[in-house]
Amino acid sequence: MLLAGGQGSRLYALTNNIAKPAVAFGAKYRIIDFPLSNCINSGIDTVGVLTQYEPLELNEYIGNGQPWDLDRSFGGVHILSPYQAKKKSSWYEGTANAIYQNSSFMKKYNPDYVLILSGDHIYKMNYAEMLWAHIRTGADCTIAAIEVPMKEASRFGILNTNPDGSIYEFEEKPKAPKSNLASMGIYIFTAEKLYKYLEEDDKDPDSEKDFGKNVLPKMLHAGEKMFSYRFKGYWKDVGTISSLWESNMDLLGEEPAFDVGDSDWKIHSRNPLAPPEYVGETGKVENSMIALGCEIEGTVEHSILSSNVVVEEGAVVKDSVIMAGTVIRKNANVTYSIIDENVVVEEGASVGEDKSAAAGIAVLGRNITIAAGAKVEAGKILDKDYKGE
Amino acid sequence: MAHSTVGVIFSNIHDENIPELSKHRTMASIPFVGRYRLIDFALSNMVNSGITTVGIVTKNNYQSLIDHLGSGKDWDLARKDGGIILLPPYSNETDKPYTTRLEALMSITGFLNHRKEDYVVISDCDGVARMDIADIVRFHERNQADITMVYHEEESVESSYYITLEPDESGRIKGLKINPDVNGKGKFNLYVNVMVMRREYLIDTIQNAVQRGFSSFGRDILTKNVDSLRIFGYKFTGYYAGISSLQKYYKHSMEQLQKEVRDELFGARDIYTKVRDSAPSKYYDGAVVKNSLISDGCIIEGTVENSILFRGVKVGKGSVVKNSVIMQDTVIEDGASLTCVITDKNVVIRDRRHLAGCEELPYFVGKGRML
Repeated sequence: MLLAGGQGSRLYALTNNIAKPAVAFGAKYRIIDFPLSNCINSGIDTVGVLTQYEPLELNEYIGNGQPWDLDRSFGGVHILSPYQAKKKSSWYEGTANAIYQNSSFMKKYNPDYVLILSGDHIYKMNYAEMLWAHIRTGADCTIAAIEVPMKEASRFGILNTNPDGSIYEFEEKPKAPKSNLASMGIYIFTAEKLYKYLEEDDKDPDSEKDFGKNVLPKMLHAGEKMFSYRFKGYWKDVGTISSLWESNMDLLGEEPAFDVGDSDWKIHSRNPLAPPEYVGETGKVENSMIALGCEIEGTVEHSILSSNVVVEEGAVVKDSVIMAGTVIRKNANVTYSIIDENVVVEEGASVGEDKSAAAGIAVLGRNITIAAGAKVEAGKILDKDYKGE
Repeated sequence: MAHSTVGVIFSNIHDENIPELSKHRTMASIPFVGRYRLIDFALSNMVNSGITTVGIVTKNNYQSLIDHLGSGKDWDLARKDGGIILLPPYSNETDKPYTTRLEALMSITGFLNHRKEDYVVISDCDGVARMDIADIVRFHERNQADITMVYHEEESVESSYYITLEPDESGRIKGLKINPDVNGKGKFNLYVNVMVMRREYLIDTIQNAVQRGFSSFGRDILTKNVDSLRIFGYKFTGYYAGISSLQKYYKHSMEQLQKEVRDELFGARDIYTKVRDSAPSKYYDGAVVKNSLISDGCIIEGTVENSILFRGVKVGKGSVVKNSVIMQDTVIEDGASLTCVITDKNVVIRDRRHLAGCEELPYFVGKGRML
């Protein structure tokens, strides 16, 4: 069960009209490609995707699930939106409530175990190994966990564990964390226990209907067997502008922090219909990742370009993430920025400032035009046409 | 489209044009422009004209073609009714697999009989063009033609079998020649191996040919009946790349580096092909790429100029690739240099090797070789 309803409000203009899991990532992917690919690569072929906020583009992107080999006669991928029931109808109130409202979907497939995922992380993980650990320990609930820097620990749900990995305490965003083992928001439940605790949680008027805040502490309190599952690979929450930028940049270089070209763990996605990218006589591309259909006559350094991006002669793109169909006209300058789809940066305009100036990342929302010669300052977030000041 | 049309694609005819590349595959599955195969252009033209059923006639070496086509879903041709229908050779104790186009058509009459579409468009895979099939069918209808043959003005041809057409002002074909001596004598109208007929007319023609023991569509049906049949020529005026030899393959590959050619051929970006889920291409520090097409999955550390790189190609540090066509998953190690080279799939060029051909005669490295 993949929770993909989040608004992603900290991505500002990038999520004005789309859900966070549909945000473009790494030149040809969207964030949701990672958990979906992890599912199919782990042998999970029945996936419910719970959507709520601006689901249109996400639904269209997932479609029948064919790009992930999830178009199945039995199982496959299913979009689960809030619906009107006979007695009541309501939006998903929290993560636990969203899953609870889809109990009948889960029960239809009669699973032994249920995996709960969120759609806003970039990582490669074999859920099958986590499931084996869950079965081996005989746990009722297993929570994937990763060590984070101690100073950041208070941003996460923190697991305090015994040496055997069993959890004795769960603290949601503690002010004074006792450990740096953070929950990754990936849970495996033994199905019967999940149904039981979701039902109880639903009846509790004081509950916020959230796994981290309510359901997990309740289970622990009731003495259920809960284990952590240590994950040691790359994992990044891309819920903020700066983490989205960093995670994109982690793909670059000869030994990238995160390798999307790993043929043993392919990341599947919808592929653009476009010819190979073209780098022209005046083009210069270094330390970058470029998708199909791009036309580059300018300079691109340390950047990520999605499909069909145009960089005209004399234009410079540096330390930036440019999404599909955006056009950077002659002599324009884009530095330390994230630019969404189908933006036009007209001739001589400039967006963002050098990263070394320690200023923020400039962000341009989709379908807007930056007028010729206009200057968008570092850290600025725009979602409307801009003519300069 | 006013009337429905079914497509038939011949995957093997013209294999002999380019033996280097068709040794292990059909003409249809010869790679072209980085991520496509020749059949993608014929298939996409059909799909974009609203055709939903395409029979693909195969003869031999068609494993790579089957692998490429899969269920047809990448062309939106995985259908309950129709879609892509492979037509492998049929043979029993008395019949041998076909040797001519006419025999091949005889072997697919079952397929043609079972369809319900009014028209058939027959296309080979030796031509790369963006063609509006619906417009050709309308032209056929308007002229109440028996057969419509598409032609393009050319100055040279290197196929071992080709047909030239002489249409009158109305478009009706008055002269039709097989393998005339045309090279070096100016422009001529080359039949580009795309033909439209009514489905029932084609079935009747085939049955008639069977009864009379004909064996060649060109010689026994077309040339003999130029006067009695209403054969019309549809002039195709867009970009056309006829792959009639390795030299032509190289020449037309290099043409794709021109923006005008790419814009016309790929236009609204709707040439479909098999999806491989490769990662986007990566350029490392020190990469120099000029006037080149780079496909997904490539990793570039060296220099690439005036070249076309297919999916998953690696160009090592200090290597220089110029005026070359480098096919899928070729690895060029460090410090090598390649000029006017065509490498087939999965080639390995070891470090510091130097290979060079010339524009008229590119140096060809066969599939899977290590140099």
